[in-house]
Amino acid sequence: MNQTLWVAKTGLDAQQTRLSIISNNLANVSTNGFKRDTAVFEDLMYQNMRQSGSQTSQDTQLPSGLAVGTGVRLVATEKMHSQGNIIQTGNTLDMAINGRGFFQILKPDGSLGYSRDGSFQTNAQGQVVTANGYLLQPAITVPQGTQSLSISSDGTVEAILSAATAPTQVGNVQLVDFINPAGLQATGENLFSETASSGAPQAGTPGLNGIGSIMSGSLETSNVNTVEELVNMIETQRAYEMNSKVISTADGMLQYVNNNL
Amino acid sequence: MDRLLYISMSGAAQNLRAQQTISHNLANVSTTGFQGDLDAYKSLALKGDGFESRVYNQHYRAGVDFQKGSMMNTGRDLDAAIQGEGLIAVQSREGNESYTRAGDFRVDQNGFLTTGTGLLVLGEGGPVSIPPYQKLDIGSDGSISIVALGQTSDSVTVVDRIKLVKPELNNLQKSSDGLLITKDGVPALADATVRLVSGTLESSNVNAVSELVSLLDNSRQFELQIKMMKVAEETDESSTKLMRTK
Repeated sequence: MNQTLWVAKTGLDAQQTRLSIISNNLANVSTNGFKRDTAVFEDLMYQNMRQSGSQTSQDTQLPSGLAVGTGVRLVATEKMHSQGNIIQTGNTLDMAINGRGFFQILKPDGSLGYSRDGSFQTNAQGQVVTANGYLLQPAITVPQGTQSLSISSDGTVEAILSAATAPTQVGNVQLVDFINPAGLQATGENLFSETASSGAPQAGTPGLNGIGSIMSGSLETSNVNTVEELVNMIETQRAYEMNSKVISTADGMLQYVNNNL
Repeated sequence: MDRLLYISMSGAAQNLRAQQTISHNLANVSTTGFQGDLDAYKSLALKGDGFESRVYNQHYRAGVDFQKGSMMNTGRDLDAAIQGEGLIAVQSREGNESYTRAGDFRVDQNGFLTTGTGLLVLGEGGPVSIPPYQKLDIGSDGSISIVALGQTSDSVTVVDRIKLVKPELNNLQKSSDGLLITKDGVPALADATVRLVSGTLESSNVNAVSELVSLLDNSRQFELQIKMMKVAEETDESSTKLMRTK
């Protein structure tokens, strides 16, 4: 009926989705290894009502046309894979990745997930698992009777067993890298999964070939910047209000017609 | 009488159309690098016999608002904003060279540099392709330098230079996909004087306050037209009354 109403509706839709992205970022402000999302907007296509440059007579052309835009849409939510802050925990099995790369996690359905959350623990069998109990790949088992454990920056895990003085190597932590980490799909549980746009995972030793090194005893926190999110929230709210103002104005115009004619 | 009614009706219809442009601008108040549409009315006099009272109005797009948006610091390596005049050359979905001020770049799965909306960014010879890297920098002249994966941080290589242009503003128009194109269809030449600031994005240049004011202005103008229709109706009614014979 009135295009204005629909154009303003696209604005409301886009701002509402943006707000839910912001609130998800803020809710995950203390989630280890969380990467914040940003909303990417695009203006919708234009309706060409009069084509500029079309002939108005044999020798004259229309200097400017009439093309009216139809609103906005959210094209993408992009994960920002910038480094989060590193905090010291002192727990050997807490690992932070300093640079590029992801841990490989075996999900219960047998597929691999990728994570930057390095808060690992051991389960009843001594295997290194995530907080959800999913196995780290390649699997590392901490032998019974381990006095102390150390993880070097290249991912070598060594244990000092009781009644031994020299450390025994019990495994290696491997990391994977992607050409386009922003293309990974977040699947919840601090995990990402591979997509066509992320490219195939390339496994490597931490600290080599551009893959980040491992910092044992540290954790990578969420990379959400709370101040920035709050500013975005204010901006979103005001933009939402303006678009609803457009709707009420368009409504007022139609109402005026109904009342007066 | 019927002239009055038709003139005000067409006026009201044009007001509604202008309202759509305003609401399109407001809907894009947070679209990165968006450039608002300017709209205007022009009078269209109809010549003919008798007193020439028929002057219709027509809404048209006066062009694109080339004012600068504000700079938002993001700190992201792949974000760049244009300082001052200039545009970034991209390839539209139809494959034509188009221009935008949205510098929220990313690298797609094939290693091509794209804008946030997925359009290929053009370099010195076609789309910019970026090999796997561990660090990327966009220089102020648009050159992209990287430290390739597995290299030490002192081995910086320049991979390409984003095509930055500065065409005559009156040779630019918005195409139906929202990108700017040249009116004569000739791609603009790269201009070395255009400056990029990396780690920054340009916001939409829509001035929300002035858009809201024109929204209200337009809506009052619309009411005025409706009022005139009402007057036309009343005039008609009283003339009918006059003609009525007892």
